Amino acid sequence: MTNEAATIGLTHGASEDTGLGHRGPESKSIVVPYGFWLFVLSDMVLFSALFATYATLAHATDGGPTSNQLFDRNLVAVETLALLISSFTCGLAMIAAKRGNMLWTQGWLLVTGLLGAVFLFIELYEFATMIGEGAGPQRSAFLSAFFTLVGCHGAHVTVGLLWIGTMMAQIWAKGFREHIMRRLLCLSVFWHALDIIWVAIFTIVYLIGTLP
Amino acid sequence: MTEIDPEKLNVAPGEPHSDILSETVAYVIGLGLALGLTAISFWVASTSSLWGPGVAVGLVVLAIAQMGVHLVFFLHITSGPDNTNNVLALAFGVLVVFLVMIGTIWIMEHMNENMMPGPEITNLQMQH
Repeated sequence: MTNEAATIGLTHGASEDTGLGHRGPESKSIVVPYGFWLFVLSDMVLFSALFATYATLAHATDGGPTSNQLFDRNLVAVETLALLISSFTCGLAMIAAKRGNMLWTQGWLLVTGLLGAVFLFIELYEFATMIGEGAGPQRSAFLSAFFTLVGCHGAHVTVGLLWIGTMMAQIWAKGFREHIMRRLLCLSVFWHALDIIWVAIFTIVYLIGTLP
Repeated sequence: MTEIDPEKLNVAPGEPHSDILSETVAYVIGLGLALGLTAISFWVASTSSLWGPGVAVGLVVLAIAQMGVHLVFFLHITSGPDNTNNVLALAFGVLVVFLVMIGTIWIMEHMNENMMPGPEITNLQMQH
């Protein structure tokens, strides 16, 4: 095998481990999360387009309500806190899962999901209040861009919540098998990425949008 | 942290680089830094003791710093050789994100300035 690989130029002479691939492809536990990492990055590219749209249209209020009148920083602070701590507890769940500790894994995943639900609830409350005040997505280009950007993030969180529930059930039913651990790792990457996108949202939309 | 089970400290044979304590500590440090940066962001946005025009730039810098904290402490992106592929993919992602965002903002701002007279149209109001 090694000789064969050497003849087609995959190894460097006598060296056993050059890191250049003569061992063949990486294991699934590396390849799958890497592929998922690429997906997450492309998701961030998608969000960058929505951010660019929002930044372009942020002042296009068509005489309607402006960001200063609409956004409540206290509410956003609670949302931010909930999502940040859920990102932390998601990490703790991964630590417990690597050790095969069912109780702590399920517990931290539950806390993660509950905090995500708190975040989502506040966001939906904010959306409902705005729409009730006549500041729905149809009102102005600014509000269309706002609901698209923040709503897209909210949709991701919703998917994340469903995923967390699914993983809790799968871990419970199947235990910490290799493919379950792979999915769990992808979930944690997804959840941490959502928090990174939220950092950009609360900074650009809510903080910069409500500067005096 | 309360969740550390002393019996488990030396378990995890398949994990060469860390024990449960140092792994947890990394997350705690990350959480602390992220909380700190978030708090500073909210303070910067609401205080009046800073130079007004610089506040927005400062907030963006703080946000980028916090994203870095998340990447390092939560997503474990490192500069180690086992992370080269992850970092390269990230670098390309960051490049595209910056091209899309800065390019759009730059172009649209200039377009507004150069092509649309009148204050009510300059901010791209949609008029039906």
